[in-house]
This record gives sequence, C-alpha cells and structure tokens, in this order.
Amino acid sequence: MPISLDAYLGVHAQALALQGKRTEVLATNLANADTPNYKARDVDFRAALAAAAAPGTAGAPLALSTTDAKHLGAEASGTGAAQLKYRVPLAPSLDGNTVDVQLEQAAFAENSVRYQATLTFLSQRFKGLLTAITGQ
Amino acid sequence: MPSFKIFDIAGSGLSAQSVRLNTVASNLANADSVSGDPASVYKARHPVFQAVHAALAASAAAQSSGAAVRVAGIVESQAAPTVRHDPSNPLADAQGNVYAPNVNVIEEMTDMISASRSYQNNVEVMNTTKDLMLATLKLGQ
Repeated sequence: MPISLDAYLGVHAQALALQGKRTEVLATNLANADTPNYKARDVDFRAALAAAAAPGTAGAPLALSTTDAKHLGAEASGTGAAQLKYRVPLAPSLDGNTVDVQLEQAAFAENSVRYQATLTFLSQRFKGLLTAITGQ
Repeated sequence: MPSFKIFDIAGSGLSAQSVRLNTVASNLANADSVSGDPASVYKARHPVFQAVHAALAASAAAQSSGAAVRVAGIVESQAAPTVRHDPSNPLADAQGNVYAPNVNVIEEMTDMISASRSYQNNVEVMNTTKDLMLATLKLGQ
C-alpha cells in the first residue's frame, strides 16, 4: 500500500515552512524598528499558503523541470517574494519608518503560537503513523 | 524551522542598539565638560541606522525577506554650544565665557529608554526563535 507522506501530513508541512519564514520577516521588522526609511513587511499568509498548496500557479515555489518520464520531480521549499507585502502604517513617523513595535510584537507572539500549534498537529500525525506501524 | 538568519538579524539589532546606548552614555558623561573654545567643545553624537538587504541576499530566496540593521555612521550634532558666563572658571576665555556641550539631557534619556526597549525586543525575538527551533528538533519524538 503506497502512502504519500506529503498527502498524509496535509497542509501542515507547508504551513510550518511559511510560519518559519514569517518569523524571519517579523524579526526583521523588530530589528529595524529604529531604522530611518525602513518599511515594515509581512507575509500574506492566506495567499502564500494557497500558492504553496497548489503548485504551478503564479508565485508558487519553483518546480524542477523534468524532460524525461524517469526524472524525479522536486520543488524548492519556502515561498517566493510575491507574498511579501508592505504594511499600511497606522501612525507613520517623520523619519519614514513604518514599524509599529506593538503591532509587530503581537504578530510575532501570534505567529510563534501558531507555529507551535502546527508542530503539535505534525507531531500527532507522526504518532498516529507510528501507532499504525507498530500495530499496538 | 525558522531560519538561522533570524539570529543574525536580531544580533545585528542588539549590536546597533548597544552602539546607541554607548553614544548616550558618552553624551551624558560629557554633558558638563565645558571648554574655553567653541570649536573644541564636545558635541552630542548619534548613530545613524541603516537596513542591510544586500549582505543577506546571497541566496536567491533570501533577498525578499531578511534585512539586518547596521550602524551606517555616527554623526555629531551641529547645534551651537551653550555659552555660559563664568569668569571664575579656569577654562574661561578672554570674555569670561565657557562653552558647554550641545547635549540635550532629556533627549538622551528618552533615547536611552528607546534603545533599551529595542534591545529587549531583539533578545525576546532570539529567545522565542530558539524555543521554536528546539521544539522543531523534537518533532516526532
């Protein structure tokens, strides 16, 4: 019985990669909270996850091109730049910086909780698979 | 897993903020260093921050997301020094004037609070990222 591990893990594997990426973007915003003319950015999570779940569409991860039926397909992990968007500032400052530290902190906390939730989902999947394998 | 670049990014933030704290310390320490010559009096120093996209853009995917911060330079305030008439001061010039640095102590104190908060933010980012990475390494165990 062939099992596709990717299909079994569902969307959680891609969600984990995206949330890891988002952590990086939010960390960048926080590190540049005092940099003049720095524009805060964030990942459009819905669009990015949709693109990651449906490869082949615009903005999807780069797929390895295959010229022979025996070639193995592969996909670059992570997301492209298409889903990175600039924040609309609530209170822009005079130095051109658009980082709202409180907002970024909230987003960072939210993202890390979501990341841990996704980890729990994945962990449960693996445990389920292990139960099936050991048959206990 | 969150990439290891976050440690570089948050680390650059820590380093930039500590440079800022250094300049605040220097400005506050020299707030009362008077001089008899307006040209040689201490001038308030402030760092200029700059986002660095290029250094992290070595890999194709990286150019879109991470940006470290670096101190592009330290500029001296061009505001005129405060003139004080104090003939008893041994440093006073022929007119009996001494020149005090153009350091605004209130501005320096707020700058210090801002730098310390930003520093704490970056430390928190590093801590959270470390916890997430450790949790990822334990996946499936």
